Amino acid sequence: MKRYSAFAVFREGLRYQAGWERAWRSPDPKPAYDVVIVGAGGHGLATAYYLGRNFGITNVAVLEKGWLGGGNTGRNTTIIRSNYLQDPSAAIYEKARSLYETMSQDLNMNVMFSPRGVMMLAQTEHEKRGYLRTAHANAYQGVKTEFITPDRVRKLCPIINIDGPRYPVLGALWQERGGTARHDAVAWAYARACSNMGIDIIQQCEVTAVRRENGRVRGVETSKGTIDCAKLALIVAGHSGVLAEMAGFRLPIESVALQALVSEPIKPCMDVVVMANTVHGYMSQSDKGEMVIGGGADGFNNYTQRGSFHHIEETVRALVETFPMISRLKMLRQWGGIVDMTGDRSPILSKTPLTGCYVNCGWGTGGFKSIPGSGWAMAELVANDAPGPLAAAFGLERFREGRFIDESVAAGVAH
Amino acid sequence: MLILECPYCGVKADETELHPGGEAHLKRFGPESSDEEFEAYLFERKNRKGVHFERWRHVYGCGKWFHAARATDTLEVFGTYSAQTNAPPDDLIKKIKQKRPDFGGYE
Ligand SMILES: Cc1cc2nc3c(=O)[nH]c(=O)nc-3n(C[C@H](O)[C@H](O)[C@H](O)COP(=O)(O)OP(=O)(O)OC[C@H]3O[C@@H](n4cnc5c(N)ncnc54)[C@H](O)[C@@H]3O)c2cc1C
Ligand SMILES: [Zn+2]
Repeated sequence: MKRYSAFAVFREGLRYQAGWERAWRSPDPKPAYDVVIVGAGGHGLATAYYLGRNFGITNVAVLEKGWLGGGNTGRNTTIIRSNYLQDPSAAIYEKARSLYETMSQDLNMNVMFSPRGVMMLAQTEHEKRGYLRTAHANAYQGVKTEFITPDRVRKLCPIINIDGPRYPVLGALWQERGGTARHDAVAWAYARACSNMGIDIIQQCEVTAVRRENGRVRGVETSKGTIDCAKLALIVAGHSGVLAEMAGFRLPIESVALQALVSEPIKPCMDVVVMANTVHGYMSQSDKGEMVIGGGADGFNNYTQRGSFHHIEETVRALVETFPMISRLKMLRQWGGIVDMTGDRSPILSKTPLTGCYVNCGWGTGGFKSIPGSGWAMAELVANDAPGPLAAAFGLERFREGRFIDESVAAGVAH
Repeated sequence: MLILECPYCGVKADETELHPGGEAHLKRFGPESSDEEFEAYLFERKNRKGVHFERWRHVYGCGKWFHAARATDTLEVFGTYSAQTNAPPDDLIKKIKQKRPDFGGYE
C-alpha cells in the first residue's frame, strides 16, 4: 500500500495523478476463513481491523450486501461524544473518542476528525439537574466534560436563542473534545487498512443463511456461494434481527427509521455541535456550509430507509425555536437509516446461543461515535471467545438478569 | 404517510393520529415464569423484515387499541383487526398469502 502524504499529493500533481492505486482490493471470496464478519459498516470494518492489528488474525472476510459504508455508517450526522452517565458506556465511548483523536495518523487517511466541541443544552430544570449529575459522573470516569452557564453557551454559539419563550437555555453539558468526523472516510480508512493486512472485503455479497452443525457455526450461504468459517460475527445494525433469525435466536431489538436532513450551504455560523434534547433536535455545520440536522426516530418497525415526514416537521419546528436564524433556510436533502433499538437503549456486544457466533448491534441512533471502541472490544471478544473489560457489561444475558445499562433515561434519547 | 383503518370507528387514520404499540400477540408471563420466559416476553422480538403483526392505538380518535398486519420492507398495509384476539384472523392470513406466496403464515 502506498502511503498517503503531502508529498504523495505533490508528486502525483506532477504525474497527472497517474500513480494512485485502489484503496482496497475487491477479491472473490475464499472457500473458508477463520472469521467471517457480516456487515461492512464502521463497526464490522473496525472489528476486522483490530482483529488483525491487536490479535494478528487476518484470515478474515467482511461480507457486505451493498457497498461498504452504505448502511447507517454513511447516513449519520457524525456526532462524536462520550459524556454518558453509566460507567460501562462512558468507558467504551471514551475509548472510541480517544481513538478518533489519532485515527487519521493511525490509519494513514484523513478522517477529518474535528473536535469542535459538543454542547447539550439544558432547557428544563430537570434536564439541568440531569446534566449536572452527568458532569459529576464524567469527572469520576475520567471523561472531560463540564456544566457551563447560559453566558458561556451564548459565547460559544451566538446563534442560539438563549431566552426562548418556551425553553430558555439554563446551561449546557459541554464536552470540549467531542465533535464530528467524516463518516465515509472512517469506513474507507478502516477498509483500506484491513485490505492492506490481507483481510478480504467482499461487497455485493449478501448473507442468506447461517450454516450450523452440532450447535456451532459452520459457515454462511451468500449470494457469492458458500463460505466456511470457524467464527462468525454479525454486525449489521438494523438487520440484526434478520441475521439472528438465520442463526436461530432472537434479539431484544426492534428496527426503526431514523432521519436526518441538511440545508443549503451557508456561510460559517456555528463552530460547535449543539444538541437540544428537550425539544428533540440537534445541529452542526458541515465543512461545506450545510446545516446538518438530526431528528427523532419513528415508533414502528421499518426496513425501508424512509422515515415519516411529520418527524422532520417536529424537528425543524423545535430547531427554529432554538436557532431563529435558520427559519428561512431551504432544506436540500433528507434521508433515513434503519436503526437497531434495544430494550435498554444500550448496545450489545455478546456471545450468542450459537457457539462461535457473536453479535455486535443495538447501537441504535448513536453508534457512529463508538466505531473504534466497539471494533476494539469486539475484536477482543471474537479473538478470545470471551469479552474484555470494555464489552463485559454489554452481554445479552443482561436482559435476563435485569442488569440494564439504562442510558435512555440517563442520557436522553439522542446521540 | 402511513394510513391505517381503525377497526372500531372505521376512520382511516394517518399515523399522526395513531400511536404504535409494538409486536402483537406477545404471550405474557408473570412472576411464576422462568427467567427465559420473562425475558422473551419483555424484550425478545421477531422484528421481521416482511410481514409484521403489531399493535396500534387510535389515540387522537376513539382511543381504542387494535391490531394491524403490515409489511416492514415496503410499508404495505394488509389489514387491521380487533384487539380481542390472540392471533391474526384466518381471512387476513389468506389475503397476505395471496399477495406474498413465500409468507409462511403466522408463527
Ligand atoms: C439518520 C441517522 C443519524 C445518526 N446520527 C448519529 C450521530 O450523530 N452520531 C452517532 O454516533 N451515531 C449516529 N447514528 C447511528 C450510527 O449511524 C450507527 O449506530 C452506526 O453507523 C452503525 O454502524 P454499523 O457498522 O453497526 O451499521 P451499518 O453502517 O448500518 O452497517 C451494517 C451493514 O450490514 C450490511 N448488511 C445487512 N444485512 C446483510 C446481509 N444479510 N449480508 C451482508 N451484509 C448485510 C448492510 O448493508 C450495512 O452496510 C445515526 C444514524 C442515523 C440513521
Ligand atoms: Zn378508532
